[in-house]
Amino acid sequence: MKKLLAAATLALSVSTSGLAFAEPLKIGMITTLSGGGAGLGIDTRDGFMLAIKNSGNKDVTVVTEDDAQKPELAVQIADKMIQSSQVDILTGIVWSNLLMAVAPSAVAQGKFYVSTNAAPAALAGANCNKLYFNAAYQNDNLHEAMGEYANKSYKKMFILAPNYPAGKDSLTGFKRYYKGELASEVYTQVGQTDYAAEIAQMRASGADGIFVFLPGGMGIAFMKQFAQSGVKIPVMGPGFSFSQDVLPAIGDAALGAKASGQWAPDFDNEASKKFLADFQKEYGRLPSIYAVQAYDAAQLILSAAGKVSVKDADAFGAELRKADIKSPRGKFTFNTNQHPIQDIYLTEVVKQNGVLTNKTVEKIFTDHKDAYAKDCKI
Amino acid sequence: MTFALALEQLLNGLQLGVMLFLMAAGLTLIFGVMGLINLAHGSLYMVGAFACAVVAAWTGSFWIGLVASLACAAAAGAVVELLVIRRLYDRDHLDQVLATFALILMFSEGTRWLFGSFPLYLDIPPLLQGAVPLPGGAEYPVYRLAIIAAGAAVAFGLYMLISRTRLGMRIRAGESDREMIGALGVDIRTLYTVVFALGAALAGLAGALVGALQSVQVGMGEPVLILAFVVIVIGGIGSIKGALLGALLVGVTDTMGRFLLPKILALFVPPAQAGMIGGAAASMLIYIVMALILAVKPRGLFPAAHA
Repeated sequence: MKKLLAAATLALSVSTSGLAFAEPLKIGMITTLSGGGAGLGIDTRDGFMLAIKNSGNKDVTVVTEDDAQKPELAVQIADKMIQSSQVDILTGIVWSNLLMAVAPSAVAQGKFYVSTNAAPAALAGANCNKLYFNAAYQNDNLHEAMGEYANKSYKKMFILAPNYPAGKDSLTGFKRYYKGELASEVYTQVGQTDYAAEIAQMRASGADGIFVFLPGGMGIAFMKQFAQSGVKIPVMGPGFSFSQDVLPAIGDAALGAKASGQWAPDFDNEASKKFLADFQKEYGRLPSIYAVQAYDAAQLILSAAGKVSVKDADAFGAELRKADIKSPRGKFTFNTNQHPIQDIYLTEVVKQNGVLTNKTVEKIFTDHKDAYAKDCKI
Repeated sequence: MTFALALEQLLNGLQLGVMLFLMAAGLTLIFGVMGLINLAHGSLYMVGAFACAVVAAWTGSFWIGLVASLACAAAAGAVVELLVIRRLYDRDHLDQVLATFALILMFSEGTRWLFGSFPLYLDIPPLLQGAVPLPGGAEYPVYRLAIIAAGAAVAFGLYMLISRTRLGMRIRAGESDREMIGALGVDIRTLYTVVFALGAALAGLAGALVGALQSVQVGMGEPVLILAFVVIVIGGIGSIKGALLGALLVGVTDTMGRFLLPKILALFVPPAQAGMIGGAAASMLIYIVMALILAVKPRGLFPAAHA
């Protein structure tokens, strides 16, 4: 084993192409590659690997494992990656309940965790950690934006989310900004695929707008069933509910749905155009927001590793905090709790050249910060 | 709560129950006749959904897809029976669980390898699009009514098959005494393959019908499988009648629980908490019902004669 490691180290150290790091970097990616949430994990992995590939850097190794959306499995993989694979940084978890099982113990063992998606409130406030970074958002953010948007033209909203940490963050975020009346607030099971009972309640509720946070297969099922139900109330949600990973499976039922996002494929900046073109060339499909977030997470890690060694946690953290990257989102900086400060936009599902995608409508928030940063003492 | 809402929820419960029945009927038939616990039944459900989605996308017709789903699931069932299941009849249940669990993994990874991890698109046929008015002012999707009708037709068909045909007679004989019907000269191996393929076809039909309503993706069968097991345990393992009643009971209980529990709780606690606690309690409700039924009738509502 030692010989093998030595050989591997040698092979890495003599590699010539690309930027050389102060020290080789090993990243452990735990993400969902099987089951109903696999589309999200695959976009996460592909976005992340695209940035690594574009950098041309050979000093970085990424070990990827499938968590099957199971917290207990994610914990086992994390232990294995930390103890036997000796990774320096963990990343990739899509789901907040899995992140809560992995991230706190990883940072307690002195490893960095750079989140590509999950961003539970519990890790953004008083329990923030200087080794924990979030490259995506804080869970509440996109929902807060929809709450703000709903104020414009809706008086009575029906809101629905799955019963898990991000679902609770979702409705909390929505309510933080929404001023109107709530027709009803419903929590469904994670992974639920039949929403007939909830749609019947929507019909009877007298609501003038519906907000749903249903990522992955849940959103597909809901939108298809809603389109058949004869209920005519407008549906909106955070970007996840109408993201590129689910739009082809929902079909035209999604047309016109309003959502919030920090990025959409029509963003007019150099980094975004390059990302979009590279992603389509590499994988032959449009990227979702999960891919953008993971792409930025990888860029952040690469930017810091190019300057200092990951073994020097203080210096590495300081470099990460600078967020010295060209994000497809345009603006990207870190708040004091190491969660992003960014603009959030309203998007609409449209059909372009026969492909369903999201189009930017307007900006909802400029330089939006999360509500928990004030409790974070780093 | 209005009459229209209650009626709509009742129909939703019936529709879920009918769908569960299609799954549970095959599962209970296979257990009743062959004494086999087939965890891979959910994979056959997935095979049906994928077959329907792929063929429907290719031909443009949901109906051809539906036929393909029956054929593919039955064929997959027959092949699995011939290659794997046949060797498990004499083993104990633990071996069967292990082997059929391995089949789940193979089916899932095989499907992922063929079709990728992103969900496939399968739409409701134009004939069944839209909603019809219900008494009381609400509307109800035509497609869900069609599922209820299809399930009722299958239940009737199964009843006729089992009580009125020679094959049905053999299935009943197989349920009461496996060795004896073999000794009487019935080709028991073919009978097993036919029963397994029949169960698989029913699972495939359920997968295709539900696939148009939900998302066709790898791993879609396992959540349904768990519910189907609850159904056959409640109904009495091996009993088709029990599977039908158990499925309707589970479907209606689950739907009404999701609908009513948060409302009842909202009378006592703030709405946000009522939603959260009610949602969590509703997801436990069918298991509580199962525990209660088993406490009174340990072998389910309609225990099979030989067990």
